Amino acid sequence: MNSHDPFTLALSLILSGDPGLFGIIHLSLQVSLSAVFVASLIGLPLGAAIALFRFPGRGLVITLLNALMGLPPVVAGLLVYLSLSRAGPLGQFGLLFTPTAMVIAQTLLVLPIIAALTRQAIEDLWEEYREQLQSMGSGRVRAIPTLLWDARITLTTAVLAGFGRASAEVGAVLIVGGNIEGVTRVMTTAIALETSKGDLALALALGLVLLTLVAAVNATAYLLGQMSRSRMQ
Amino acid sequence: MSVATPQCLFLAKSAVLSALVLTAAGPLAAGTPFIILASTTSTEQSGLFQHIVPQFTARTGIEVRVVAVGTGQAFAIGRRGDADALLVHHRAGEEQFVAEGYGSERRDVMYNDFVLIGPRADPAGVTQADSIQDALVRIAESSSAFASRGDDSGTHRKERELWSTARIEPSGRWYRQLGSGMGPTLNTAAAMDAYVLADRGTWLSFRNRQELVIVFEGDEALLNAYGSIPVNPERFDWVKADLARKWHDWLVAPEGQTAIAEYRINGEPLFFPFRD
Repeated sequence: MNSHDPFTLALSLILSGDPGLFGIIHLSLQVSLSAVFVASLIGLPLGAAIALFRFPGRGLVITLLNALMGLPPVVAGLLVYLSLSRAGPLGQFGLLFTPTAMVIAQTLLVLPIIAALTRQAIEDLWEEYREQLQSMGSGRVRAIPTLLWDARITLTTAVLAGFGRASAEVGAVLIVGGNIEGVTRVMTTAIALETSKGDLALALALGLVLLTLVAAVNATAYLLGQMSRSRMQ
Repeated sequence: MSVATPQCLFLAKSAVLSALVLTAAGPLAAGTPFIILASTTSTEQSGLFQHIVPQFTARTGIEVRVVAVGTGQAFAIGRRGDADALLVHHRAGEEQFVAEGYGSERRDVMYNDFVLIGPRADPAGVTQADSIQDALVRIAESSSAFASRGDDSGTHRKERELWSTARIEPSGRWYRQLGSGMGPTLNTAAAMDAYVLADRGTWLSFRNRQELVIVFEGDEALLNAYGSIPVNPERFDWVKADLARKWHDWLVAPEGQTAIAEYRINGEPLFFPFRD
């Protein structure tokens, strides 16, 4: 491939159907979507619970959650590396340098974003519907699924923000995955590697492919949102 | 609120998504035996592994998963028992690694050399130097920009040794510690017209050279030797000692040595086997 125009290169990369590239794309989506899925499973109810319940140290928990949205990926990667390392507390599972380790690290990065944004959205909604829900005899626990469902449009954005963080980060997956070709190499680590090799055109082309992928995931989410909205009417 | 139907739809969507995610995890469970090899960015980025590993895998059925980091970090990974074997380039460090009981043994596998890279204009006049020490003295005396890896890699360790044999303690604004891998350091050196010590393999496969050329090469002190070390199973009982031993033996056997010698870029060999 002699083309030095990244756009042409990106296009020819996709059209060439290179199995290596498709493996990397597949793994990127698999890791990031898994992380977002697990983080949503925990983060949505967690955020809602923090929004609805009053407990000592609540302000501290909210501050901490908001601060963790800025957790540097390298630090998250290092924490997961030290835990999963053979010499670490979870070493016996042999998860280091596997995609599972990458999912764990990205979950750690995405969870605060989803939980913090959910907390805010649900708290606002609760102020609005509190009397109505309480007059219907709903307790706070029973109100959680209803509120989550009502805030789903806002929460979709929260989940997509989490997906954006997961698909864009390189620091964590590089440390815990090791960027092993065919095993743990994802789009961002491949881009970093090509940059290291000084093949800037190829690196940029891969960047364009990644951007297209992220745009496609966001477009799908948008269309699903539109569909469910029109179904409601 | 008649939300039952859309909520079911939402649940169905989640179920489909989770099924997708879980099936995607399938291929990982495949039972191919593999080892984790902690090695250097120089060997990975030169493309050597893509040439020799498939031959080893075809022969033995063992997959080699290469984690390419700096030599210092490769030792750190080995010291935690997170790799089964190492292929690195810092002889003193390798001998220490074995002496401390982390590695079972060390063997010479291959070598090439380091080259001094610099801007074509050569402001320090390094091309006239008669030794690498002389070249470094010229750079220091003219305070020409020098990009150092600064990351405790094999190349960085070599560079520090060369400064010390030239009796120079590099410091000042001209000496820039980048704390990056070989490729990023070359990218930065290209952008600021700096001198930089590089291994020949990475240099040959490096694409973004701009004004950079080889300004000094050929001194015996620039030899760059790579050693293989299987991680010691007596220290870490989980390492795949048998598989790592096969890899270690194959590298120095005629078949592995030939595979290494046959790897070329533009007809130029990148690594020379020790068994020549």
